[in-house]
Amino acid sequence: MIKPLLIKGGRIIDPSQQIDEVGSLLVTKGKISWLGKGEAAPPQSDHDVLNARGLMVCPGFVDLHCHLRQPGFEEKETIATGTRAAARGGFTTICCMPNTNPPLDNQTAVEYVKSKAASEGVVRVLPIGCISKGRKGKELAEIGDLAAAGVVAFSDDGEPALSSYIMRQALDYSRAFDLPITDHCEDTVLTEGGQMNEGIISTKLGLRGLPNAAEDIIVARDLALAQLTGGRLHIAHTTTEGAVDLIRRAKEKGIRVTAEVTPHHLTLTEERVIGYNTNAKVNPPLRTEQDIQALIQGLNDNTIDIIATDHAPHTEADKLCEFALAPFGISGFETALGSLMSLVHDEQLTLVTLIAKLTHEPAKILGNKYGRLGTLAIGTEADVTLFDPALEWVVDTRAFASKGKNTPLAGERLKGKVMATIYQGKLVYKVDSVKLKES
Amino acid sequence: MRTTQQIKPMAPKPTSIWQHHHILDVDDFTREEIELVFQTTQAMKEVLSRPIKRVPALRGKTLITLFYEPSTRTRLSFELAAKNLGADAASLSAPASSVAKGESLIDTLSTLQALGADIVVMRHPQSGAPYIAAKYVEASIVNAGDGWHAHPTQALLDLYTIHEHKGNFKGLKAVLIGDITHSRVARSNIWGLTTMGAEVTLCCPPTLLPAGLGEQHHHFPLVSIEHDIELALDGADVVMALRLQLERQQSGLLPSIREYIQLYQLTEARLARAKPDALVLHPGPVNEGIEIASAVAHGPQSVINEQVTNGVAVRMALLYILAGSQKQ
Amino acid sequence: MSRKVIMTQDDIRRTLARIAHEIIERNKVIEHLLLVGMHTRGVPLAKRLATDIEDFAKLKIPVGALDISLYRDDLSSLELQPTVKSTDIPVSVDGKSIVLVDDVLYTGRSIRAAMDALIDLGRPRSIQLAVLIDRGHRELPIRADYVGKNMPSSRHEEIQVKLQESDGVDEVAIISTPEVKEGQ
Repeated sequence: MIKPLLIKGGRIIDPSQQIDEVGSLLVTKGKISWLGKGEAAPPQSDHDVLNARGLMVCPGFVDLHCHLRQPGFEEKETIATGTRAAARGGFTTICCMPNTNPPLDNQTAVEYVKSKAASEGVVRVLPIGCISKGRKGKELAEIGDLAAAGVVAFSDDGEPALSSYIMRQALDYSRAFDLPITDHCEDTVLTEGGQMNEGIISTKLGLRGLPNAAEDIIVARDLALAQLTGGRLHIAHTTTEGAVDLIRRAKEKGIRVTAEVTPHHLTLTEERVIGYNTNAKVNPPLRTEQDIQALIQGLNDNTIDIIATDHAPHTEADKLCEFALAPFGISGFETALGSLMSLVHDEQLTLVTLIAKLTHEPAKILGNKYGRLGTLAIGTEADVTLFDPALEWVVDTRAFASKGKNTPLAGERLKGKVMATIYQGKLVYKVDSVKLKES
Repeated sequence: MRTTQQIKPMAPKPTSIWQHHHILDVDDFTREEIELVFQTTQAMKEVLSRPIKRVPALRGKTLITLFYEPSTRTRLSFELAAKNLGADAASLSAPASSVAKGESLIDTLSTLQALGADIVVMRHPQSGAPYIAAKYVEASIVNAGDGWHAHPTQALLDLYTIHEHKGNFKGLKAVLIGDITHSRVARSNIWGLTTMGAEVTLCCPPTLLPAGLGEQHHHFPLVSIEHDIELALDGADVVMALRLQLERQQSGLLPSIREYIQLYQLTEARLARAKPDALVLHPGPVNEGIEIASAVAHGPQSVINEQVTNGVAVRMALLYILAGSQKQ
Repeated sequence: MSRKVIMTQDDIRRTLARIAHEIIERNKVIEHLLLVGMHTRGVPLAKRLATDIEDFAKLKIPVGALDISLYRDDLSSLELQPTVKSTDIPVSVDGKSIVLVDDVLYTGRSIRAAMDALIDLGRPRSIQLAVLIDRGHRELPIRADYVGKNMPSSRHEEIQVKLQESDGVDEVAIISTPEVKEGQ
């Protein structure tokens, strides 16, 4: 039997309850059992103590978009390594994309991921199912069956649902299960062979570009189809100023749309590609400062609901090649908070907004089907993340739990670090400096 | 390894103006470096004028040409340059199929390194491939063309040819006509010409102009854009026609080659808009009658053949300078 | 570090005049003569010798300049970027009695390179060598035909030749420096 755990003396920030003050949390039998403000002492004294003084204490982060690669691409990541990387990044719930091999387009595949997650994972894994059979964009996957198996959304991520016809049917059909369709918005006819954002840097480097318009076009189409069907649309990894504008107007019109943005698209520009850095090759591509400003504004006015990592691990060999031959993707779990905190330090985002976008807001999109997530409310599962907003550290990919060392931030100094992660009351990650005192 | 003991004088050592272990592009070349290339090329031209066109400067050095794209003239030009300097030259043709077979560029380069290559001259269909190579091998990498990105030795021989005729670049108006988007020659020349003080005007159909040009940007030189060829050529000192790949029509970038000829071919009448002593350059191979009229390609203002001759001298100069900057 | 002048302007003038006489004496057919100065200071020395010979023998003889950078055997060990100067020999070397002119004869490697360079240009009748200073320490079997001054030196010393044309003053000095370790 695990002893109760007192998380003592941190600054508790829980946007779901509008809490932002210093206090302590008691975790009993995997649930939040008590929350005391200031120096208040817990009702019972037989507990372990995790000293959180000087740290932020918030609900465990919820990531609606990541790639765990299992089954099929275990050399890039497994559920075991991916969930440990998530824990190091402060994430306690992660939703994995179905572009595995075989893809998650049937109940069996989804069951496999869930059972692996249960036996080998250290945080909650919620699979996303395919929109179409084999992710081929031709016929709908068995969406009802997948919903019954417990998927939280549908997506052919990696590829857009290019056929407007299939997208319409998916948005329409999934209404019966009240689950969102997550689209990777890219007009692939316009981006064929594209390697990076289209602009002066792609011109300089002689690389084929992916123009903003390719994203805007599919966002506009998807919004029109969401309006037509009344289905739930979730826009994956928004990157353009144009897409933010379109989503904002759609929300004003009452279209059921939510949108996400990644830490890398919020903090890095296309200039990262200079020198043919394949670790900065990602789709959608890193854009411009102007796009970043629009994305930040979108977060602040709730046009963009959430931040999701799009953690996309690849092996070093995958990325160690000619730029055009390298796969897209950035390993994102373990640098997410550190890079996002730069927006807080630069006063472009408040700490509370940032935490809301990582906890309460994504939990709202998931609904209550898997329990109340993204909150520190009494009686809910004790998923808690502790972080130091001011601690500076250098990104050392050798220390990553993820097999994917593919980050353009390798060797860079970030300010803000996850110090401990608690999942269902269990300490799944802790840095040495955070002291656990056993009773 | 030298066995003699050398005593260095105590005099202060001036720093070398040459800062490159590889030649990847001219975007990071200074004016002084380009002038060193000019000066050295001049000496190499003297060597080429001798009955015995060979000096032992690079004796014992091994140069390997690694071409992932077919090329006749560039490869030959490098091999002659190497041989004229007494280096051993060998070649490896790596067709695209070897990439498909899974032999990575890095593997191939490691092999060349193990075989003792001092300089690897590399052409590759992917932009940036030489940059990846340069990160992983000790040999000097010379970019002989990568994708749409850069062709630095071509640009330097173009610059040298212009230098021979015009001397100073300051205030020269250089007009590049044709497919800019897909042209590594254009990109490298834009860098080289602007570094030397020339003003560059690009002239092409809007579909063959890459994104973002024409505005001040700290990652790329400022150029002028003029889609009308006659206006573009007004008062030009240097005119460079670029090769048009015929497949641009199939990919929908041009309505027809016929229309391209009508709008953008460098003809005698159009060239008359340029200064009377304007030079006409072309990186070759020339599609006569498409991007350039035969009468212009072979006309009195054409220096296309000089470009080819200078190509060997410039490459000799570059190999020599590179070998001199290699660590022992 | 100590510096000692071993030849003054007058010494240099007299020495060159003597060498000019010796060249005339040794070469019966003056019409075949070609003086070739080695960059950098051999070039003005060759020109001065030619002027002297012209004064004494009343015959103008051709003078060329030779750059040996492309023939050196130590390209990779040079500290500085090698700048190649132009080689400019105004007449064909075929059948010529070439007098190669340099300021200091030391290891002999430069002269070896110069001979290779000259032979690549054609087939001279003969090659002779004139130097202002011979400081010893030969590493190759090379000997000068005309020597201005023998100056036995230690390897730690530097012989510094200054000429009006390149340095604004005519002077030869020997500079002793503390031993420097091999720098490669």
